[in-house]
Amino acid sequence: MSHLVPDLQVSTSQMAKGLGLSGEEFEWIEKKLGRKPNFAELGIFSAMFSEHCSYKSSRKYLKRFPTQGKRVLQGPGENAGILDIGGGWAVAFKMESHNHPSFIEPHQGAATGVGGILRDIFTMGARPIALMDSLCFGSPKNDKTASLVKGVVKGIGDYGNSVGVPTVAGQTFFHACYNQNPLVNAFALGIVKKDEIFKGYASGIGNCLVYAGAKTGRDGVHGATMSSKEFSSDEELERPTVQVGDPFTEKLVLEATLEVMRAGLIVGIQDMGAAGLTSSSFEMAARANTGLEIDLDKVPTREKSMSAYELLLSESQERMLLVCTPEKLSRVQDIYAKWDLHAEQIGVVTVGHSVRMSKDGKQVVDLPVEVVTEPPRAERTMMAPSDLKQRWFIDRNRLLSGSIESKFDRHMEAFNFANPTSLVEQFDSMVGNRTEGGTFDDAAVLRLRDIPEKPMRIAMTVDGNPRVTWLWPLEGGKRAVAEAAINLALKGVDPIGITDCLNFASPENPEVMWQFSETIEGISLACEALGLPVISGNVSFYNETDGKPIYPSPMIGMVGISEGRSKLAHTQFHSTALELALIGSPEGGLGGSLFCSQWLQRDCGQPEETDLKSIIRMLNFLSKLRSKRFDYSCHDISDGGLIHSVLEMAFFSRFDCIGAEISIPQETDVDGFLFGESIPRIVLGFDSAEATEVEMLANQAGVKFTPIGIVNDKGTFVLKQGGAKVLEKQMAHLKESWNNRWRCFF
Amino acid sequence: MKAGVITFPGSNCDDDCRYSLEKSAGFEVQSIWHKESYLPPELDLIVLPGGFSYGDYLRTGAMAAVSPIMAAVKEYAEKGGLVLGICNGFQILCEAGLLPGALVKNQSYGFVCRDVVLEIASSNPWTQPLTQGTFLSLPVAHGEGRYVIEPPQCQELEEKGQILFRYKENINGSTQQIAGITNRGKNVCGMMPHPERASDLRSHDGLKIWNAIGAILRERK
Repeated sequence: MSHLVPDLQVSTSQMAKGLGLSGEEFEWIEKKLGRKPNFAELGIFSAMFSEHCSYKSSRKYLKRFPTQGKRVLQGPGENAGILDIGGGWAVAFKMESHNHPSFIEPHQGAATGVGGILRDIFTMGARPIALMDSLCFGSPKNDKTASLVKGVVKGIGDYGNSVGVPTVAGQTFFHACYNQNPLVNAFALGIVKKDEIFKGYASGIGNCLVYAGAKTGRDGVHGATMSSKEFSSDEELERPTVQVGDPFTEKLVLEATLEVMRAGLIVGIQDMGAAGLTSSSFEMAARANTGLEIDLDKVPTREKSMSAYELLLSESQERMLLVCTPEKLSRVQDIYAKWDLHAEQIGVVTVGHSVRMSKDGKQVVDLPVEVVTEPPRAERTMMAPSDLKQRWFIDRNRLLSGSIESKFDRHMEAFNFANPTSLVEQFDSMVGNRTEGGTFDDAAVLRLRDIPEKPMRIAMTVDGNPRVTWLWPLEGGKRAVAEAAINLALKGVDPIGITDCLNFASPENPEVMWQFSETIEGISLACEALGLPVISGNVSFYNETDGKPIYPSPMIGMVGISEGRSKLAHTQFHSTALELALIGSPEGGLGGSLFCSQWLQRDCGQPEETDLKSIIRMLNFLSKLRSKRFDYSCHDISDGGLIHSVLEMAFFSRFDCIGAEISIPQETDVDGFLFGESIPRIVLGFDSAEATEVEMLANQAGVKFTPIGIVNDKGTFVLKQGGAKVLEKQMAHLKESWNNRWRCFF
Repeated sequence: MKAGVITFPGSNCDDDCRYSLEKSAGFEVQSIWHKESYLPPELDLIVLPGGFSYGDYLRTGAMAAVSPIMAAVKEYAEKGGLVLGICNGFQILCEAGLLPGALVKNQSYGFVCRDVVLEIASSNPWTQPLTQGTFLSLPVAHGEGRYVIEPPQCQELEEKGQILFRYKENINGSTQQIAGITNRGKNVCGMMPHPERASDLRSHDGLKIWNAIGAILRERK
């Protein structure tokens, strides 16, 4: 095994290849250094040149993102992005993937994903107040799916619940393309006073470099490299590269770190995440344009005789690297000791731009910072999938055959149409005493009790539609952003920025690179139209196993704020006597819809292009509606079309007798009306006394208003066409199957 | 009124308790670190908050129960002082022997976070003026909240009016659906539901617990 090679042994291109470096990269390193790196140094390069750390394939494309804006205090490039929310306060947020570790060991993989994203937030000086997750699993028929769901959900819960950060929202999606490669994306948000933000700078010549938190073990050695290659099914061999999380230690590290920050004791800080001590030290030196001298013998370890190679590449969790002036060192150590944690000086900030490290009295690493942190870019070729147009083919004959009832019944069987309660209840969604609602629906809403003089709300949501993105990446990117914005507006808040997690297959596949680039274009177009900066994010490539790629899966985490705390709109029907209207186009596009997948047994069709101007009109309408102060329920129409939206509003209502009667508008395509998924379309329930005013508001905002029926207390779901009843179902029966669908996992 | 909220390593509802006691219950709140050996003077109430003290390692509450501060808490309780343990705080009070019984893993083996309906089981100072048979709605969030106790002891709890409330739906498999109890002297109380999460957000039923504590203190003075 690799760790048996002595640190100082001169490496060869063969050894480099074994650690995932290409021949060209090895030659480039040798040329830059004027010598061959030794084995410990080779380990550094292999981690830092991995896709996960270097963004070598993606960096060029990520530049397309709009990252500027009047609220932006920190854009991409730090541990998390930060936006100004006024009143002297700011929010830090980011989303990150932990896909590969979660497939190998679901519980620890997901748990440490949560741990890592929390550290990214408090590293910036922000107290984490909310978590979200986006989870994609394989088909329920797949043998592995149930154990992965159980493990991942337990892992997220065990970690977040214990640290005391609520998991307030999320999305879960099942599809066969994730059979061998689930996606676990974790989002975290923290709040910080604008003048108490910290960054990852190793500044000030002569300052102390301090290691704080848990001790280093051999777990997770080379995790970053593992995440940057495809899997073969014998993933068992990779188990030692999965880190083990300890939320108890994380909680202590969190409190101690915020305490040293608030006491003004440190200059810069970074957590030891992927590629552990290596990436944190080199990146901190690179940002500050300084050098570092590190004595590896000072690193607290929990295993004996670890080599420099192992110390550098361990991904043991709950560790921080920080810089302080020598006179403040003892106070820093006192605070960590109060929380029963180590804080050891392991080095100093030096002049020059090299990182030097010694072990057992010998120098084992001497590398110029920029050679390590600015690897050569990987030039990837791009090509649109040759079968893209075939994917757009819809079998019209089959679509026209079948009764409304047979289509409805099939639509109800969709595995993704399910009550998420059995999953969501395993997460503490309320700790912190800020969660106002939305945990189960469009977006979570939190009050900010931290700014007493300024009552505020913050809302967040995570969105993405891999099926649409597979069919049309540009539209997939656009739609994820637009849908997230509407979800926030439904909760009465204005979106202020996004983070993203871009999950794709191998960048060495030109079709994947095309998907990647098109998706980024789509996200950027939507962000520009809506004035939203991208402030942080993460790229996860190589999501494929045995050559089977996942669908391109961009996940968008969006955050919004509102001043004051007026009454929240309902998602569920808040009364058994409501009028229902559809806001937006009466017909939705069927391309890429769940309906096509269910009825035609194939993901197909060209998704309808999202008109960003119509999104802005819808956001305006929702903002006007909010100012009217009457009670209404509203829910967007997305995955599953109008049918699923109306039923969800009924199922979540507190009335057992709830019923709904929907009339299909005349001269409207029935399938498009009931099952179409293009956006923006919204279901709105209101008291009949308000009908005229709602219609007027819609007209003013330039959005279509179509009355579609009523909510009643008859306990049935009825569809009418031309006044005649074409379908009648017992609400209780529909709800029962929706309730039980995911029970099989828990 | 002055309350002390103890922070153990791994406590995570300490801040929520402080906030709620100050903003909703009108207490002046003092934070107390678990390594202290003495309590601050003139406390009217000590709260052991929820969380995962010592990561729930060994057994929930077992390590926190032997923290230096717990000797002082025991002495305070023996003198009749009011002590409230919420969630992990309840677990610690059982481990410390201040309350009978024990809290073990939920019957489902899973964590459960939701609003639950509680039925008042007896007329007890901690829930006054609510009477037996009335209902409260409070959130729970725990993985080890299944209250277990031997039948004779349970009967004693019942007879002495020490059972505070019961879950309407038994969410965790607790003996007799017990969600909260007091000691014999009724000055030490443990409950799995979180009143601090329902005093100015979600429901306001948490306030009813704070108000009852306020009433006990007024009666005493």
